[in-house]
Amino acid sequence: MSAPSDPSALPADDAPEGSAPDPAAPLTATGNLRRRAAVSRVLQGAATAAALLAVALFSLVVYEVAKEGLSVISFGFLTTDPNLVNLGTGGIAPAIVGSIIIVAIATAIAMPLGVLVAIFLTEYAGRRSGRVVRMALDLMNGLPTVVVALMIYGLIVLGTHEESGYAASLALAIIMLPLIARSSHQVLLLVPGTLREAADALGVSRWQAVVGVILPSALGGIVTATILAAARAAGESAPLVILDSLIIGNTVHLNPLHGMATMPLTIFNDLALGVPAAIKQAWGTAFVLMALILAANVGARIFLARNRSRLGL
Amino acid sequence: MTSGGGGLGSGTETVSPRVRIQSATTPQRAPAPELGGVAEQVINRASVFDVRGVTVSYGTKQALAPFTMKIYRNLVTALIGPSGCGKTTFLRSLNRMNDSVPSFRIEGKVLYHGHDIYGAGVNRIEVRRRIGMVFQKPNPFPKSIYDNIAWAPRNLGMKENLDERVERALRDAALWDEVKDRLRDPALGLSGGQQQRLCIARAIAVEPDVLLLDEPASALDPISTLSIEELMHELKPRYTLVIVTHNMQQAARVADRTAFFSLDENRVGTLIEYDDTEAIFMRPADQRTRDYVTGRFG
Amino acid sequence: MLIGLCGFAALVVVVVIAEVIYQVISGASPSISRFGLPFVWHSAWKPNLFIFGAGEMLAATLITSFMALALATPLGIAIGLFLSMLAPSWVRTLVGPLVEMLAAIPSVILGLWGVIVLAPFVQKHFEPFLHGAFGFLPIFGAQQTTGLSVFTAGLVLTIMVVPIIASLSRDLFLAVPRDLQDGAAALGATRWEVIRGVILPTTTSGVIAAALLGLGRALGEAVAVAEVIGGGSTLHGSVFAPGTTAASRIIDEIESLDNRLHLASLFYLALILLVLGVLTNLIAQAIARRLGGEQTMLVR
Repeated sequence: MSAPSDPSALPADDAPEGSAPDPAAPLTATGNLRRRAAVSRVLQGAATAAALLAVALFSLVVYEVAKEGLSVISFGFLTTDPNLVNLGTGGIAPAIVGSIIIVAIATAIAMPLGVLVAIFLTEYAGRRSGRVVRMALDLMNGLPTVVVALMIYGLIVLGTHEESGYAASLALAIIMLPLIARSSHQVLLLVPGTLREAADALGVSRWQAVVGVILPSALGGIVTATILAAARAAGESAPLVILDSLIIGNTVHLNPLHGMATMPLTIFNDLALGVPAAIKQAWGTAFVLMALILAANVGARIFLARNRSRLGL
Repeated sequence: MTSGGGGLGSGTETVSPRVRIQSATTPQRAPAPELGGVAEQVINRASVFDVRGVTVSYGTKQALAPFTMKIYRNLVTALIGPSGCGKTTFLRSLNRMNDSVPSFRIEGKVLYHGHDIYGAGVNRIEVRRRIGMVFQKPNPFPKSIYDNIAWAPRNLGMKENLDERVERALRDAALWDEVKDRLRDPALGLSGGQQQRLCIARAIAVEPDVLLLDEPASALDPISTLSIEELMHELKPRYTLVIVTHNMQQAARVADRTAFFSLDENRVGTLIEYDDTEAIFMRPADQRTRDYVTGRFG
Repeated sequence: MLIGLCGFAALVVVVVIAEVIYQVISGASPSISRFGLPFVWHSAWKPNLFIFGAGEMLAATLITSFMALALATPLGIAIGLFLSMLAPSWVRTLVGPLVEMLAAIPSVILGLWGVIVLAPFVQKHFEPFLHGAFGFLPIFGAQQTTGLSVFTAGLVLTIMVVPIIASLSRDLFLAVPRDLQDGAAALGATRWEVIRGVILPTTTSGVIAAALLGLGRALGEAVAVAEVIGGGSTLHGSVFAPGTTAASRIIDEIESLDNRLHLASLFYLALILLVLGVLTNLIAQAIARRLGGEQTMLVR
């Protein structure tokens, strides 16, 4: 037996192997830690710089649109027709009305369909059919908008020989549908199973449970998803360029069977004209459009946050 | 008998005669060689942690009332008590794992070999490098068995003889024989008990000074639990071990010293009693400790 | 009753997909039967002479899209890391929505900004620098006067793709189990080592899927590209020259068709975009599924 009380006989008191530091040394960086910490700091700085860059880009675009747009906007700009002789000048009232009508029609088509698809996925779909529908939604979501627009072009414009607002609405509905269906599906999945069980225990039928219990508790999320999808659709331009036309739409009218002016289309055509007056009109239109879209985004976020805290999610 | 104590700086002192190394709690095991079978031997021990008036709070909620204790070198110290009593909070404060909790605040001093862990100029990565930790749920990285062990040594620049280092760590964790033929296989393919021993191997591969174990066996079956406990005995001569456990038999089996925490009337975690494990279980000084270890509470 | 309605809606989704494929193929069929597969790589596009080929446009499409992918992937991952691992929570709640709102800016407005603000800036500052430093490479050839170029289009696409990759990868990083990160931190790893050793390896397939979804978006973007790419008819081999992508060609010419074959050839371009879009999407879904059924996270 070795001397039991001699601590130096304990293995722990052997000199540390390798580069392990002396346990009693001060707790400042030892070994290669100073270099490793520096590497970490540099890369963390790079990530922070990337985030700053994104924020700066966002601010830059918003600032530029606001600066140029606000110098153009007046009551008259928002409420009068464009000048039919001097293209690119005058007001944008038909474009504002047209955008609202076209997006409203698209929403009226996409929202019920999207919600029904979501209900199908959560309440009714089997393994196989659920997979097919989810796959189709994913594909739909991944379709380039220009392809969607050409599909409607082949389906409608080639037949009627007229570009029209409702053709654009249909294309926008196809773009909105997967967004609404996906988000609603996720919201419906969050509805606690206990709610369903409670409804089942009361002996009500499935559709009564869905309409009476499940949908109301998911309504906030569905409305948010719809607002965000509508905001996205309002900014879409490819379907409008391909399917809609300004030629008939230069005065305020409410008939989507004909071409309707819209804000994205106005911006696009103004930029193509290229003359300074048209560029001014483009900035003014861009400001109105962007303000509406960003307001919808902020509003949807606030609404969702309120709704969450109300439901205690 | 010499009274060298190791000359380890300000953490060294002669502790009370009550600190005795005991084999009584583990009669089935041969006495560790350094003890020479002398159970009542009073020796000098260096304290690794000297906790002075430490209190912990999260925001406005106090989690631990001020307390003072020393944790001694090459002993297993168990922290026991009912859930919510702050034992895990205290353990995670010892290597600054709580720093990432936004509202975490600690007052008092946690001296480690005489240096304040929360002092100015202290590098928390260095702290964790010297004070390793094993968690409640086995958390191997989604890498191979080999890379789980080799990852930290590579970071630390311990690249020489890496294969030997990995083998030694696995041997020390009593895992080598089970995995030596499949070092390149994913670690997530191991059983729960093997994963936890892998996590221990991973922690000792960087040669820490202290190993903190947060209920290391609570997610494991009885046989795996036993192997983890045996492992702790084998590691004791070379490391200082601090273990949180809610299992009193486990504390009795593995620990030399035991600290009992409980909740006071304001539901604030409080250190009730800290003594040799034998004393805590056989002749506790405090009524609350007695109630707890005899199963009347908690 | 409700099940009937729901089933009908689900059927509509599937029918629409089938209809898209049918319409695009049938619209393209005159061009397909005339030119066959070589349309994909032939580069002449002369509507008045009934000669059509997608080669140059596809090259420009791939160059702009992969440029956007190459720039946006590291940027997006870095932003995702910042938002999930590095930023204090009040910065997170402020910057996160701002990054997502960058994606909400309509592409037509981003294009307007690209033409008026970004293109002159690129022409004045980026191009001379890159041409000066790497001018010996043909792709960084002589600069143009307007700044409307393949290069600028790539930058605009980057701005559109970054928020997609950033918000998806942030969600992936946030889903990495806390105890894995703690395990790495307890081994004395620096923040970067935790990211490099644990966060990135466990999310690789998800991040690749996110990048592919971003690529799909860039491949199909039409209007913003049509605005800033300058509409040159031939590929000059230099990214500082104007060009035309498949999608921007459709936008440019759909309202000024010379003949039926012209329209059919635009549909053929759309068909190619459809195939590319579906392929990237399917690959992304397959990768995300292999990750463990987390594809719901990827499509919002």
